[in-house]
Amino acid sequence: MKTFRKIATPTLAILIFLAFWEFIVWVNQWPNYKMASPSDLIPAYTKYWNLFLIYGWQTLWRTVVGLLVAVVFGTLIGMIMGFSRTMRDALYPLLVGFNAIPKATVVPVIALILIGQHDLNTVLIAFMISFFPISVAVSIGLSTLEPEYRDILRSLGASKWTIFWKIALPKTLPEFFGALKVAVTLAFIGTNLMEIVEPHGKGLGHLFDSGKINADYPLMFAVLIALAFLGILLYYIVVALEKIFAGWAERPQG
Amino acid sequence: MANLIDIKGVTHAYKTDNGPLPVLDDLNISVPEGDFCAVVGPSGCGKSTLTRLIAGLMKPDQGEVWLHGERVTSPRSTVGMAFQNPVMLEWRTILQNVLLPLEIVPNKMTKKQKEERGRELLALVGLEGFEDKRPSELSGGMRQRASLCRAIVHKPDVLIMDEPFGALDAFTREDLWQTMHALRAEEPFTGVLITHDLRESVYLADEVIVLSGRPATTQHVENVKLDGRTDLEVIYTPEATEILHRLRHQIEIAQGRAKDEEAA
Repeated sequence: MKTFRKIATPTLAILIFLAFWEFIVWVNQWPNYKMASPSDLIPAYTKYWNLFLIYGWQTLWRTVVGLLVAVVFGTLIGMIMGFSRTMRDALYPLLVGFNAIPKATVVPVIALILIGQHDLNTVLIAFMISFFPISVAVSIGLSTLEPEYRDILRSLGASKWTIFWKIALPKTLPEFFGALKVAVTLAFIGTNLMEIVEPHGKGLGHLFDSGKINADYPLMFAVLIALAFLGILLYYIVVALEKIFAGWAERPQG
Repeated sequence: MANLIDIKGVTHAYKTDNGPLPVLDDLNISVPEGDFCAVVGPSGCGKSTLTRLIAGLMKPDQGEVWLHGERVTSPRSTVGMAFQNPVMLEWRTILQNVLLPLEIVPNKMTKKQKEERGRELLALVGLEGFEDKRPSELSGGMRQRASLCRAIVHKPDVLIMDEPFGALDAFTREDLWQTMHALRAEEPFTGVLITHDLRESVYLADEVIVLSGRPATTQHVENVKLDGRTDLEVIYTPEATEILHRLRHQIEIAQGRAKDEEAA
């Protein structure tokens, strides 16, 4: 019953949303180049289902790889800033500055530097756009560790590494997963930025582009919905991982 | 009897932006093996600094701290610590929390022996049946009980407690005092208890050391032997009341509110 409700509630919400969307388009009698309706999307999916699978996979794996790099690099930077005050003072303005640069402007630069390396380019942008929240979360998690935690282990003669492994790391996991949820959606934006701004015939961004060129408006909308679907998929994978590794942080609802 | 803890002429100052802030000034404390020593004094007089020095978490500017005839220069595994904030690792069960020191301190116990030891201790403080609960499911008093178990699970020679009962309500606190006596009966250890509560110091300790205001030095040592009684009623006996009065007076001197007539 509980699992049924957990799945039924969001499904119902999505159905209501789709019905509302269909209704709005129908009431206003919008043509599909202005706003496609959900019923316009079904032919797009049935017609191009194999393209959706191929391009969807390309987008998905490059996003995931970018995200993985962001996790490793972001955690590393976060650790450096979390443990050293000096490094925190030194790195914060750099990171904030870097994050403030619109990534759409970085795309052509990267595409030029690494010309022809489409997969690498795309992964790079997905990584660049998504590592910042991870770094911030890890550094805050580590720097706000209560001194008693450290003292309990230190007074027993534990090494710095042991303290990190046994206390600092697990204690930071809830913040880390909170940031990862943000990073997941950001990484998709990164991948698609590269795919659309510097088209190279790969990914859902390319499918979107070809919809635009061929004036196939329902296809463009269908791509957007496919992206949303992938985003939801990856998000819930993160939620599942969070349940496994940081489920303890969830308090029973009172 | 040999002294287990010897603090000799310890002087310490913290570096602040406004120059050094002296907290301890030529402090001398000796605690014989098996004794329970309470340290009381005005707020901010350096009591917590004292615990960190004994635990080897920091070094004094001058003077020496000796444990078991060895000079303390770094943390050692023969010390157990409990704090006012009973920090628990929220991702572990209560039993796993209690067993944490055994993962750090070298020992020859098997996994099963460790678990048995943890369960025994938890039963001793009245936490039987809570072994597999998460810390967030426990009340403040229960967390403090578990944290005491964690502090002594590796059989330390010295148990250092920094106001462990300070954040608890009065009745829970009295319960915990009795738990302390029960623990001491089962697990021999030398104890140093930092506290604000004079009744607590009289009820639990064999001797009470009154520190002067900052920078702290030993102002008064009071021997508290209440015929070995461990029931709560003992606090209300005339002897205990008399000791409490003397300690109260010493605190007032330490705060600078009363004059030391003996000295004058």
